[in-house]
Amino acid sequence: MSANEWRKLFPILNQEVNGKPLVYLDSAATSQKPIQVIEALDKYYKEYNSNVHRGVHTLGTRATDGYEGAREKVRRFIGAKSTQEIIFTRGTTTAINTVARSYGMANLSEGDEIVITPMEHHSNIIPWQQVAKTTGATLKYIPLQPDGTIDLADVEKTVTEHTKIVSVMQVSNVLGTINPIKEIAAIAHKNGAVMVVDGAQSAPHMKVDVQDLDCDFFAFSAHKMCGPTGIGVLYGKKALLNKMEPVEFGGEMIDFVGLQESTWKELPWKFEGGTPIIAGAIGLGAAIDFLEDIGLDNVLKHEHDLAEYAMERLSELEGVTIFGPKKRAGLVTFNLDDVHPHDVATVLDSEGIAVRAGHHCAQPLMKWLDVTATARASFYLYNTEDDIDAFLKGLTTAKEYFGHVF
Amino acid sequence: MSSNLDQLYRQVIMDHYKNPRNKGVIEDGALTINMNNPTCGDRIQLTLKVEDGKIESAKFDGEGCSISLASASMMTQAVKGLAVEDAVKLAKIFYDMMLGNDYDDETYDLGDIEALSGVSKFPARIKCATLAWKAMEQGVGKTEEEEE
Repeated sequence: MSANEWRKLFPILNQEVNGKPLVYLDSAATSQKPIQVIEALDKYYKEYNSNVHRGVHTLGTRATDGYEGAREKVRRFIGAKSTQEIIFTRGTTTAINTVARSYGMANLSEGDEIVITPMEHHSNIIPWQQVAKTTGATLKYIPLQPDGTIDLADVEKTVTEHTKIVSVMQVSNVLGTINPIKEIAAIAHKNGAVMVVDGAQSAPHMKVDVQDLDCDFFAFSAHKMCGPTGIGVLYGKKALLNKMEPVEFGGEMIDFVGLQESTWKELPWKFEGGTPIIAGAIGLGAAIDFLEDIGLDNVLKHEHDLAEYAMERLSELEGVTIFGPKKRAGLVTFNLDDVHPHDVATVLDSEGIAVRAGHHCAQPLMKWLDVTATARASFYLYNTEDDIDAFLKGLTTAKEYFGHVF
Repeated sequence: MSSNLDQLYRQVIMDHYKNPRNKGVIEDGALTINMNNPTCGDRIQLTLKVEDGKIESAKFDGEGCSISLASASMMTQAVKGLAVEDAVKLAKIFYDMMLGNDYDDETYDLGDIEALSGVSKFPARIKCATLAWKAMEQGVGKTEEEEE
């Protein structure tokens, strides 16, 4: 199947926006959902909605099978050893916060270091700032190369024997940089630190193998990979998760509850307090089936081709600044001379083209780039060269529209 | 090009964007308000000189899109010379205009401000246009608190 056929599986794409066919170039913010995922959610609510792990009745069993079946799909999808290592969370943010609050708060103290990079999303900065503030640990940054990549020599210099946590995004949501996680993890481990990976922008687009990366924690969200909003995954190595305390207490996560004390269920349920995100997990399972059916290698190749085509077309246009390295994931962050990115996005929207404008939840990176905002076009399996042609035409319009002002 | 877009980016708005009025900082004895729009990164620094309950002068500095900067430029022009309570009332009229509600165009001379009425058709951009006005309200609010 080609992108044109994949595209037909996404009902939302078949519509007009502002009188023009929708060109959706904001998948790094959230992806669209194929009919298979929408139908899986529909079927769950119509046929077997029920609470899990407790109903003796038939629907309860079906819902439990669906929920736990999705956990097995996730395990296989990221190459984890055991489903005990797969914790469902609300998303990447909650997953990273869980590591920060449970592992970080318990294991760090004054003199310890947390190492991240200036390209991180706010969700991989602020949880560590909070850990540093509470424990007295220091938050350090691996410097970036001028093209927005990480040099392993800088990782070697920044990570020391005092470092307890290294947390890095696998793919940058702004620069498109693909970071050498496996190598960074090896440096972290050599120094006795644990490696946390923000996989929000990688898991949807490339094959991830957590055992090969040898990361200790890996976080990602369903909604960026054709799945529903409100669910994500925290992978953690079993030996670490076993030693960690839950951060949310209540129903579902308990073993025995007394008047003064309680004990927890075994992994992974001790981290899943409250009625879990059942429909979300089933939707995520359907999204994984969908992506595996297409093949992540095909997705990656398609996006790579689109990014190359977009870069090539953008270079034809005068007054365009592109941020990030040459070798990149399927997104292009840019600015037009003399046109603010909000104005670019508004003009594109009037042509039916959806792009993101702003700081992309990466204010420290914007500061590093010395801009207040940028525009971003991001691609997924359903985008085509026609979308990029429309995008370029829209940019030309924006340039002309604002051109007479300056 | 859609006519809505032409309504949004009227010539007078582009003129304020290109040639902002009252750009800069009032140095002495002025109130300073820093405000930003955390969802998009726009930021404004507004300085106001208020004497005897009247806005003697207003200047702004900052970064943002055409709408936010043009709106700031127009706001500083519009409130100059107004009593604080009139400036606050004018802000309310402006918010009505942004929400697409009927607005009072008789009490005050709206001048260039009315050119921004097209923003109401672009919900995502309303916050750009109101940033400077929110900063002004916060600033004069400070003077009122001091008097109380």
